[in-house]
Amino acid sequence: MSGYEFGPIGLFLFVALAAMRSRLPFRWEHGIGVYGLALFLYGQYGGLVIAPPERMMGDVARILYVHVPAAWMTMVMFTWAFVGALGALLWRSKRDWFDHLSEAATEVGVVLGCLLLVLGAIFARPTWGVYWTWDPRLTASAIMVLSFVGVILLRALVAERDVRVLWASTATILAFVNIPITYMAVRWWRSMHQLQSSPDTMSDLYVFFLRVNAWAFLALATWFVVRRWRIAHAQALLDAPPELPPAPSPAAAGGAA
Amino acid sequence: MSAMLGQIAAIARKDLLIEWRSPSRISGLFFFSLALLLMVAFATGASTSILHKIAGGSLWLGVLLASTRSLDLSFSIETDQDALEGLLLWPVDPRAIYYGKAVANTMVLVVVATLLTPLMIAMYDAPIRGNPAIFAGFILFGSAALAAPGTLYALLTTRARAASVLLPVLLFPLVVPALVAASAGTTLVMEGDPMVQAPSWLALLVAFDALHWSLGGLLFGRVLEET
Amino acid sequence: MAEGLVIDDLARRFGGRWAVARVSLTVPRGTVMMLTGANGSGKTTLLRCLATALRPHHGRALFDGQDLWQRRASMRPRIAFLSHQLRLYDDLSARDNLGVWADLGGLRPDISALLTQVGLETHRPDPVRTFSARMLLRQPDLVLMDEPFSAFDPPGQQLIRDVVRQAKQRGATVVITTHVPEIAQAVCDTRVHLDAGQIA
Repeated sequence: MSGYEFGPIGLFLFVALAAMRSRLPFRWEHGIGVYGLALFLYGQYGGLVIAPPERMMGDVARILYVHVPAAWMTMVMFTWAFVGALGALLWRSKRDWFDHLSEAATEVGVVLGCLLLVLGAIFARPTWGVYWTWDPRLTASAIMVLSFVGVILLRALVAERDVRVLWASTATILAFVNIPITYMAVRWWRSMHQLQSSPDTMSDLYVFFLRVNAWAFLALATWFVVRRWRIAHAQALLDAPPELPPAPSPAAAGGAA
Repeated sequence: MSAMLGQIAAIARKDLLIEWRSPSRISGLFFFSLALLLMVAFATGASTSILHKIAGGSLWLGVLLASTRSLDLSFSIETDQDALEGLLLWPVDPRAIYYGKAVANTMVLVVVATLLTPLMIAMYDAPIRGNPAIFAGFILFGSAALAAPGTLYALLTTRARAASVLLPVLLFPLVVPALVAASAGTTLVMEGDPMVQAPSWLALLVAFDALHWSLGGLLFGRVLEET
Repeated sequence: MAEGLVIDDLARRFGGRWAVARVSLTVPRGTVMMLTGANGSGKTTLLRCLATALRPHHGRALFDGQDLWQRRASMRPRIAFLSHQLRLYDDLSARDNLGVWADLGGLRPDISALLTQVGLETHRPDPVRTFSARMLLRQPDLVLMDEPFSAFDPPGQQLIRDVVRQAKQRGATVVITTHVPEIAQAVCDTRVHLDAGQIA
């Protein structure tokens, strides 16, 4: 493994230096995005080429370099969506800021969630013999993605901003709270998913590149969320209600018989 | 506090009175679920060995589908003549409106499930070998599990477009744990439950109910008042 | 502590425009105010804000010194709002409907007497009669009526005039929106005209 850990550090320095020396103006999230991309390429190259094949599953296990980070990030995204929903309901002055976060994180989360499910199916076929099984992790993940798709649908079907924020936040909170419950319920029922392999049972190199990929996904997901946040913000500005008109002159107030 | 309980009772009584006055509604729900049980039988080839294993699950599917209609109806009576706003301005505490309606919705589903049970036992050859009290517990807490989030979402969706599609899409993923617990539990009870696992499922169901009944009350008021 | 209704810089928007755009006025107790204006001028929106059916987006409305929206739980029993909506349950009789309202308010009135008094024993329910019934269940201090004269027949209009007169005698504040001021003139003390959400 010696030497490989210089990769992320080196990439970081390179991207940071390029950012500082750049003559072009750019938003801060692009720096994170570029770094994420670089890290992703490094991590994928490492996982696909450098790391040895997994002892029991062989090359098939390499899909986990994308599947596992996608799984972690989906949860992170839905957690951000939940935080956004709570903030939108509880913090009136920052309502829109939190709502944009919720909206952006929900969408990125759903995309990652679908990726997660599809990759999982691709992985399952050669290893377990079936594309899908109703064990706790898979079932809970599918339900989770479906719940948040419902939230997106709800947003699409409500025209008024105030109402939309309120309902979407409510639905997001319920969907999020549902995740652990669904998981536990189905776990009592059956269990077949890969037991969480502790890093000890995996080769160091495998774990290292998995971590690189995880951070890459985090950086990329952050980038997507911030970009999507900006779109939501711009849209809100476009839709923004007009400013309060100036106070009427005192002569107009009061009643006249 | 007692004023709130009084209001909850009054709202529940009102909703149940309306159901009672139009018996076509509850019988409509019952026949709808019955039709579903028949369809499931036909769709799976009507072989008794399969049917008797899926009896519990089919019962709950029937109740679930009935709930989408009954929840819808529970709010359409409020919006037809804008009675809901009248209630709010009377004033009735929004939480009382929520709990009153959720209680009434639970009762409707309990009635539908109870009426379906003997038919299910007969058509699917699935007698209840275990403790009928526990079976009744599943019917009660399972219905309550559907009614709590359902009442909240029904309020949301009566005011959105494509409401009839939106309610199931939002509600179904949310009640999966309850559906799992209720189906697994009722199936176990019907088979006699030799290893006494049904009570754990009932406990999960009760926990689900506790969570959603409290959460629903909190969220309903916000949603009702701000729109 | 001012008695009566004090509207202070109230504003409420609907989507892209301000339906009520900074209205300030005072209506003392025992006064009947007429609010005129074309369709879309904000009369109904203003009335609904006063009824606490809508939250003001700016400013506030006070009644007897209390903020109507902030203290809505305690203010609502004192407000009666007549709109064109029936606010009844189709499947229940008028008697049952009134029974529900009484139950919810913790009241125990003589429902038969009530029904006879407002004519619901003999007539089909209409907004005016149900409103009068509710007024009898509770004596409101703030009476809000949304275009009561335009939609109802002459007997209904007479009933409204009686209701308004009685409320005024009791010292309540009454606000009536209308776009036929000639009819409302008879009962109103003051008049305010709204145009595009502002007092004109």
